[in-house]
Amino acid sequence: MSDKRKQYWKGVEQLTNDPAFVKNAQSEFPEFLPISDNPEGGSSRRDFLKMMGFGIAAASLAACEAPVRKAIPYVNKPVDVDPGIPNYYASTYVQGGDYSSIVVRTREGRPIKIDGNALSPLTKGCSNSQVEAAVLSLYDNERLRNPKKGGKDISWADLDKEVTSKLDKIAAASHEIRIVSNTILSPSTKKILEVFKDKYPTTKHVVYDTASSEGILLANERSFGQKILPTYDFSKADVIVGFGADFLGTWIAPIQYAHQYTQTRKISDTKKTMSRHYQFEGNLSLTGANADYRTPLKPSDETKAVVALYQALDGKKSDIPRINNAASDLKKATGKSLVVSGSNDPNVQIVVNAINNKLGNYGNTIDLTTPVNYRQGNETEYSELLAEVKTGKIGAVIFYNCNPIYNTQSGADLAKALEKVALTVSTSDRPDETTKFVEYVAPDNHFLESWGDANPAKGHYSLSQPTITNIFDTRQAQASFMTWAGVIQFDYFEYLKSGWESTLAGIGLIWDQALHDGVFAIPENSEDVIFEADVSAAISAINKAYKGSDLELSIYQKVGIGDGTQSNNPWLQEMPDPITKATWDNYVTVSQAWANEKGITFIEGKSNMVNLTVNGITLKVPVVIQPGQAPGSIGLSVGYGRTSAGKVADGRGVNAYPLISKINGMESYAVISGVSVEVLEDIYQVAQTQTQQTYMGRETVIQETILSEYQKNPGAGRYHPHISTWQEESGETHPGALTLWKGHKYKNHHWGLAIDLNTCIGCSACHVACQAENNIPVVGREEVINRRDMHWLRIDRYYSSAPDEELDDDQKDMMDSRKLELVAANPEVTFQPMMCQHCNNAPCETVCPVAATTHSSEGLNQMTYNRCVGTRYCANNCPYKVRRFNWFKYHDNSKFENVNTAMNSDLGKMVLNPDVTVRSRGVMEKCSMCVQRIQDGKLRAKKANRPLKDGDIQVACASSCPTEGMVFGDMNDPNSKISKLLKINDTEEADYLITKEIGEPRAYHVLEEIGVKPNVTYLTKIRNKDEA
Amino acid sequence: MAIPVDEIIVKEEKQNLATVSVIREPLVTGGKTVHDVTEDICRQVEGKPTLSWMLAMAMSLGTLGIGAYCVFMLLWEGIGVWGLNKTVGWAWDITNFVWWVGIGHAGTLISAILLLFRQKWRMSINRAAEAMTIFAVICAAMFPGLHMGRIWMAFWVLPLPNTFGSLWVNFNSPLLWDVFAISTYFTVSLVFWYIGLIPDFASIRDRAKNKISKAVYGALSFGWDGAAKTWMRYESVALILAGLATPLVLSVHTIVSFDFATSVIPGWHTTIFPPYFVAGAIFSGFAMVLTLMIITRKTFKLEDYITIGHIELMNIVIIITGSIVGIAYITEFFIAWYSGVEAEQYAFLNRMTGPYWWAYWTMMTCNVISPQLFWFKKIRTNIAATFILSIVVNIGMWFERFVIIVTSLHRDYLPSSWAMFYPTIYDVGVYLFTFGLFGTAFLLFAKFFPVINMAEVKSIIKTSSRKVG
Repeated sequence: MSDKRKQYWKGVEQLTNDPAFVKNAQSEFPEFLPISDNPEGGSSRRDFLKMMGFGIAAASLAACEAPVRKAIPYVNKPVDVDPGIPNYYASTYVQGGDYSSIVVRTREGRPIKIDGNALSPLTKGCSNSQVEAAVLSLYDNERLRNPKKGGKDISWADLDKEVTSKLDKIAAASHEIRIVSNTILSPSTKKILEVFKDKYPTTKHVVYDTASSEGILLANERSFGQKILPTYDFSKADVIVGFGADFLGTWIAPIQYAHQYTQTRKISDTKKTMSRHYQFEGNLSLTGANADYRTPLKPSDETKAVVALYQALDGKKSDIPRINNAASDLKKATGKSLVVSGSNDPNVQIVVNAINNKLGNYGNTIDLTTPVNYRQGNETEYSELLAEVKTGKIGAVIFYNCNPIYNTQSGADLAKALEKVALTVSTSDRPDETTKFVEYVAPDNHFLESWGDANPAKGHYSLSQPTITNIFDTRQAQASFMTWAGVIQFDYFEYLKSGWESTLAGIGLIWDQALHDGVFAIPENSEDVIFEADVSAAISAINKAYKGSDLELSIYQKVGIGDGTQSNNPWLQEMPDPITKATWDNYVTVSQAWANEKGITFIEGKSNMVNLTVNGITLKVPVVIQPGQAPGSIGLSVGYGRTSAGKVADGRGVNAYPLISKINGMESYAVISGVSVEVLEDIYQVAQTQTQQTYMGRETVIQETILSEYQKNPGAGRYHPHISTWQEESGETHPGALTLWKGHKYKNHHWGLAIDLNTCIGCSACHVACQAENNIPVVGREEVINRRDMHWLRIDRYYSSAPDEELDDDQKDMMDSRKLELVAANPEVTFQPMMCQHCNNAPCETVCPVAATTHSSEGLNQMTYNRCVGTRYCANNCPYKVRRFNWFKYHDNSKFENVNTAMNSDLGKMVLNPDVTVRSRGVMEKCSMCVQRIQDGKLRAKKANRPLKDGDIQVACASSCPTEGMVFGDMNDPNSKISKLLKINDTEEADYLITKEIGEPRAYHVLEEIGVKPNVTYLTKIRNKDEA
Repeated sequence: MAIPVDEIIVKEEKQNLATVSVIREPLVTGGKTVHDVTEDICRQVEGKPTLSWMLAMAMSLGTLGIGAYCVFMLLWEGIGVWGLNKTVGWAWDITNFVWWVGIGHAGTLISAILLLFRQKWRMSINRAAEAMTIFAVICAAMFPGLHMGRIWMAFWVLPLPNTFGSLWVNFNSPLLWDVFAISTYFTVSLVFWYIGLIPDFASIRDRAKNKISKAVYGALSFGWDGAAKTWMRYESVALILAGLATPLVLSVHTIVSFDFATSVIPGWHTTIFPPYFVAGAIFSGFAMVLTLMIITRKTFKLEDYITIGHIELMNIVIIITGSIVGIAYITEFFIAWYSGVEAEQYAFLNRMTGPYWWAYWTMMTCNVISPQLFWFKKIRTNIAATFILSIVVNIGMWFERFVIIVTSLHRDYLPSSWAMFYPTIYDVGVYLFTFGLFGTAFLLFAKFFPVINMAEVKSIIKTSSRKVG
């Protein structure tokens, strides 16, 4: 072969076998290499310098540790994953009976953001703070990584073998088996539990809820013969009366109710009416804060008020404030009103049913034909279970994704009694108080890793799909149950799909479409019902049980932490409570009157601690003086005092679940007797993000009016500042007319945000959405106390100042400015979302010495992090105080790893939005109006070769708002929603536009008088109150 | 080479003890001859360091060390070690900055403006006052650097050509104006001070007995030959620099005040700030000069050069500037009320009666009330009283800046953001660092440089070679 090979010569030299060529042929570089500049060979001075330079550079480079880059390109790119392009998957959020249909945004296979699913007829694209924050719980570094036995690792095969053999043994001995769970919305899971029950016939499924609504179920059973929770429709109600039901924050289905409620609160030129909302409650709840009239009543009086309202409808006058007004308003709105109560006492709920029945609300605002499946817990069965466990009758208990040792009243008893149970299993996906006391833990997937379905209400279904492969060695609980039931190689996905396909075909849907939409509806028939209940018996039971005492406790759920399931989530821990603006703790809320009596003060979050004793249980808790707290009542939230939830939650606050009492045999969050409080010497500081409670009568900040005024004049309540000038004949002008600046010409887009203060309920969904979208660090309790929270979007909560008649003699002598600081005993509340106002004459832009913050050609005030040197001048000069400084390095810093989990471990960092920089220490940051989304939207439109449409771009806060109170859009586009809402007249004649002329009379800019001309506009708050 | 004229004259005219001028008190007492002047001033430079100097130096270095630790922690951990927060973005840092810059005003005022006004009494204090200016400005310049979140990028505030494209500084920003104002002021003050030192260095060089001194002072004196021509040039340069420095005395603090005056924050946004800040700066600068001079004249036995007359004149300047400052405070209040601007009115009421009322009343007591005591001749000619009051004035002036910065920021427009500022040990520590730096620098100056301008003082001795009084 070699003979035939062609020969190529390197040159003529080779052909001629030139001796010089032959001599050099073997060396690596046969020709002269011009390494040296010196033609004579050897080293010149230049060469020496070159070599030395190279040597030093090489040596110093070798001394540096090369950074490890963890971004590894795909070897085989998955078909549907394009780096840099997000994918969206519809799924379902179900946690402890709370439901939301969601859309999960994933980037490069990582879920990074949860939004509401607009296709859902129930949640209508809305979410709340807990739903928004759930994505961070997926990346909780403390989730269980594999199955456990007695705290030690075990393989799935061994666990299955042991559990199955034990179950077989227990079943063979006919010992009882119990599955304990919270309310399950998933029909297929229920089917699987049936399969399990078939295999082990002694199995019983016990359902409990952390906040029981069984009182309503029982009341409806007694009233209508159906043990159901009805669908409430607040959107059809003209008059709403709430008795301790925080339906905007935590009661049953707050996401849906908040959306419905605000439909009745929206006001426009075409709809100049709004609902009137009365609230009777002990603690100041989110719902109470939004009420037009709120009467603070301690829990026992609140129950009496329900009866009083029932009687007032029949004409019997009540001396409880506002009951008579509520009754007369309700009577005027027959069939268009809604009365709800948060009580878990069926007697109270029967009276509520009677009221609603009398008002003709059934079939209008209350739909019994479409019952919802939330909160189906059965207290009797649960207490039976506890008794049986205690007597040792139970052979096995399987806790399906629930944590009763923590979140039930009798958790400690259960923990003790579990020793007597032969087999205890939990399927919790993360360590909790219950997994500590069970033998086996078979960790479930996180819901974002799971397949699933849900049936939130009759006829309404939704599907879940995994958005990431299992991060850890976990297995979906449904598969665990089937494996233990003896089904080998069970594939839940196949089971789910085959289970649904025929049903879906029946309504003309295919599986892929249903999965894509995430929701579907199946018409189901139901029958009419008639109200038939013994109201007088219920009233006498109420009168007997609610004697009332000097001090009563209202236990409540916080809007952020809820029942405590997600308490290891730092976003929720640092989300200020909408009312108290406190983070990281629970505390006893007391009235000012009680504090005065006990001689305690509450300054900058600092107050005495107290020993709260309820029926023999004593807890040491900090105090928060809460305006609007009913005299004779105190409040304490559940969800804190975790002991084995993880480093974020453990040891924060106290566990209030053991304090839950029983009234008329039902669990009650209201404790109406046996409550005592002892004030201690110890001082504790609750970390609040806002410590000044009132808006100091500053009309330039909060502008509000009442409905009748608005109807007369849509511009009512507006404050128009004027300044003197010699240029006008009148001698005065509005502040915007005088300026040093030329203004800006926005040729393409002019982004703006409009916020309707009348629609904002303060729920803080936007707050968490912003934190998730923009990689905002969590700083921890100490740093919040130091007033260094990093939130780009905050919700300012203002109380009204105390009226003169509430002041004592000392206070009457105070200066006016001091008096304004005093909060009314039962204040009116206003929520004002506050973020960078993107001023057209931005005070921050002029003062930055290095031009790190500049104005964009589209009206945004933009922050260039890597140009910032950190003088903080911009933050000082910001009249809205929305700029946030990186006081420390919050990422990869061991000092913050316990709180800022999203930036301190490889797992946590998976939640970070790759489109947004993680800011370094020493730079300023602030709301960018989600500029990454704006750029993305523009790019998509450009790629599709079409002009940008309104709605192509949605900022994180506006898209999360369950009340649609925030409208983002292009103010240059006359057809955009925001332009229409604000009635923007574009005055194009000037070369440079000073500002857009806003035609909507309700619209105002906060701090208009300083002339910074923001691009964020607020609409006045309107209360549906009678003229004073 | 200069001929030691002093000695010849002293020999000739020692017997004649003529009377002093009938018109005015002598500026230098003790009947000093030119030789005495040289001896008195050079004694410190040429002798061994005294025990008190060593002690003071040890204290300064100790303070500097503690401060350096705090500065290190500040740079290592971040600005978060200070007590600042989302509402109060500046507190001790800029307070200290303005305070030091203010102190740095006296030197140039004394040497430049008083030179132009031919106030000869300045001659025995201008050297030390200028040195104080230089060191105070250095201390002041620490803070704009240290208060930055990313001090390693501090050079970005300079308009340097760069590789970032068209990236340039923001000429709208008062902070940038500060950079120019202070660097200009520092440069001119330093040159002015150094030019003044040259003849004195030459004297020390000529008297030097060892080689090192000869070499060092020889180098420092730039080959001064004492020729008439040289003196003539020296005088012209001094006059030109004085002319240059005079507007700077007014401009530096005017520009520093722009940091606040051009902002939108109630309590900052005040057009009265430039004159008010300049008066305050002179006020505090003179107080600081007094504090230092009283110590120096005592320890270095310079009572004949820095006389009660000097102290009294400086106290009069303090009454005047203190009263200007007091009127400015009252004017601010009047305007806040008269303007009808709600936020402004609240800001000023809050100063007086809010959570920081104590800072406000400390400022009022120290700055407005205490200097009024100098109306009494007994007090303004009493060294102990002057010393105490000079310190009180500087405490007051520190609080003035604290009040302006912190009370304005901590409760501005949106009540939701109202917050308190509480200093940490690092706030105090970094302030101490500048004290240590100032003390060390001043002590080194006092030991190795002539603290009084010998050449100039010699020109005001009544009868240059005769003992008087």
